Amino acid sequence: MTRRIVGPFNRVEGDLEVALDIADGRVAAAYVNSPLYRGFEQILQGKVPMDALVFVPRICGICSVAQSAAAAQALADAFGWQAPPNGRIAANLALATENLADHLTHFYLYFMPDFARQEYRGRPWFADAAARFTAMSGSAASQVLPARAGFMRIMGTIAGKWPHTLALQPGGSSRPLQVSEKLRLRAILREFRAFLETTLYGDALENVAGLDSGQALAAWAASHAGSDLGRFLAIADDLGLEALGRAGDLFMSYGNYPQEAGRLFPAGLWDGKARGLDAAAIREDVSHAWYAEAEAPQPPASGATLPLDGKEGAYTWCKAPRYDGRVVEVGALARQLVAGHPLARDLAATGGGNVLSRVVMRLVEIARVLPEMERWVETLRPGDPYCNVGDMPDDAQGVGLVEAARGSLGHWIAIRRGRIHNYQIVAPTTWNFSPRDAAGRPGPLEQALAGVPMAEDGTVPAVVQHIVRSFDPCMVCTVH
Amino acid sequence: MKVLWLQSGGCGGCTLSWLGSEIAPLFGLLRDEGIEMVWHPSFSEASADAALAIIEGCADGSLAFDVLCIEGSLLRGPRNSGRYHMLSGSGRPMTEWVMRLAPRARHVVAVGSCAAFGGVTSAGSNPTDACGLQYDGEAPGGLLGPDFRDAAGLPVIDVAGCPPHPDWISETLIGLARGQLKRDDLDELGRPRFYAEQLVHHGCPRNEYYEFKASAAKPSDQGCLMEQLGCKGTQAHADCNLRLWNGGGSCLRGGYSCIRCTEPGFEEPGHPFAETPKIAGIPIGLPADMPKAWFVALAALSKSATPSRVRENARADHMLKAPSVRRSRKP
Repeated sequence: MTRRIVGPFNRVEGDLEVALDIADGRVAAAYVNSPLYRGFEQILQGKVPMDALVFVPRICGICSVAQSAAAAQALADAFGWQAPPNGRIAANLALATENLADHLTHFYLYFMPDFARQEYRGRPWFADAAARFTAMSGSAASQVLPARAGFMRIMGTIAGKWPHTLALQPGGSSRPLQVSEKLRLRAILREFRAFLETTLYGDALENVAGLDSGQALAAWAASHAGSDLGRFLAIADDLGLEALGRAGDLFMSYGNYPQEAGRLFPAGLWDGKARGLDAAAIREDVSHAWYAEAEAPQPPASGATLPLDGKEGAYTWCKAPRYDGRVVEVGALARQLVAGHPLARDLAATGGGNVLSRVVMRLVEIARVLPEMERWVETLRPGDPYCNVGDMPDDAQGVGLVEAARGSLGHWIAIRRGRIHNYQIVAPTTWNFSPRDAAGRPGPLEQALAGVPMAEDGTVPAVVQHIVRSFDPCMVCTVH
Repeated sequence: MKVLWLQSGGCGGCTLSWLGSEIAPLFGLLRDEGIEMVWHPSFSEASADAALAIIEGCADGSLAFDVLCIEGSLLRGPRNSGRYHMLSGSGRPMTEWVMRLAPRARHVVAVGSCAAFGGVTSAGSNPTDACGLQYDGEAPGGLLGPDFRDAAGLPVIDVAGCPPHPDWISETLIGLARGQLKRDDLDELGRPRFYAEQLVHHGCPRNEYYEFKASAAKPSDQGCLMEQLGCKGTQAHADCNLRLWNGGGSCLRGGYSCIRCTEPGFEEPGHPFAETPKIAGIPIGLPADMPKAWFVALAALSKSATPSRVRENARADHMLKAPSVRRSRKP
């Protein structure tokens, strides 16, 4: 058995190291290390509750609005406030913009450049992939960056700027959008739709969102080979990405985008059957993380973050959240499985969570959500209120559960004497890149890497990069 | 010009802000200006061993580079070990890498308020002993020390902001690439004067409300945010309301207060961010260069002269009363 330390992983958000134990040319065990600790949960203690709105977006430069949304919901829950419809819709638009932009950034800038690596130069698709997706210089970037920047004008309109806005408030939104802004939002959405339909899909969003089986996807791929999704599907087929990176296949979503009643994507779990979500079943195990331990894994509401550098047996700053003691995968695939998307369910029934199904459902989700955003803009009612305020109780607690691009994000706040007594955050990649728990169960990425063969020359192959990035990790959220 | 970019105790938001460049798509802009990324954690192909080889080459002098960009604060803890951030795969603290790399660079750029001053990561009890490259909050010092100078005699260039505007980063790097950014182009905190010699107040769309001290009472109100809701736009050095963000936004245009994020120590203002601290009803934080007596006198005068239109609109989230139309001739 030999140990290989792999890092720094780039083109993920933040810093990541993976230790691989190699036996007989394969990964016998993987250990995921999140090597950066900043201490936001400690920093927040003692501050006035509303100050959380300044700090939490700065946990993460790529899930900034998702962090704001979770904090705003946690504060609203604690205070007993409710946003007016305009405020709820504006917040949904901001969060959806971030989530879709993140999916796009992940696909073009983080994930696809690995197929331009020299080790693929013998593949029939290599020349095309290298011309299109090579990091920084591929032809795709010159189309994607302006499209992305154009789409982010929604943030300038709704949230003032991105990242790190204070527009998302527990009582709604600080930016009242009037008739002119509605027009502007419609125009921006149309422009982004045109980019997606021309470049990413080569097809109408509705046709992509409507793909309902692996078979339909394969047929679609054959007739859309010139689009970037088509390119990816051809590469995936050649490399067998559907057989790579499977974890435990228990999926969770907190549900996203509150509507008048319920959420556009409902909350729940999926393991071949749909199950309801009980947030009280969440515990954080710190047996293999550099933190002082309580007697048993704690629910986030009463959890603590007490760094203990050099702790025996620990190998990461990432805690190990578990649902009812079980290892859980989160992300766009999980979200669409819980929401009942037929393509997600068919892909998962065949191959579970894998590199292909994770990437495909991320891109299908863009096509699924953008038309919703177009509808939401129409329902804004200029002249009606955007933000409510009320009393702030001195003692309260609240929970905010949202879906960031990369999965389920939860904030738990406890307020005593008008100050933050405890603030605990469980981020998407905390779930996906969690270390082993007290029972020795590896986290999702650790499971997904087990069994991967090394390259013939003994080096770590590119498939490790594909597997890691298929989760769209955000390391600065993972440990905050 | 070759740039090595590393991230430490921050959120990556400076890079993400930069990626939204609107003057030109970022990668094309860099290419056209002759700026090459030796390695960037979010953009480069090289990963793991290949990336480490590049960083090590830069540190040992075998790989030439010109500019070291650091994003995120430097974590000195626990107990001065730097172990709160070990650069992945290297087994060494990031602080040690930065100490080795900085003397090799022709210029050192702190991207964002974390790398410049410590920023949000150094808030509260500063659990990780975070600091900036050359400042620890307002105090000169930081990881590299107050006396650090690059080969051209420049201190660390502080592109402060949380995050910085994409153009602040691009314009700084392009200035360095063209040899046009000199000592005199930096203010006393090392910030490029092209953006740091403006105030956020300049170009604020709420100026009429400010003039009359017609104040917002809650988020989404249209009035001035200085008197009640903690806005520091009159003191904060940045051109946010002139340059504008993401196609035309700014904090004020988004309906919320400037929190002075380009200034050292902004993360611990000593009061709740969304409340204006006052003594005897007068805000403690006065507009830059304004004597207190004059501010008090002018505020009292302007309040007494506030048109009802301005007063009523200030506490509404949309226009209640439009400015009257004056005609020179009776119809």
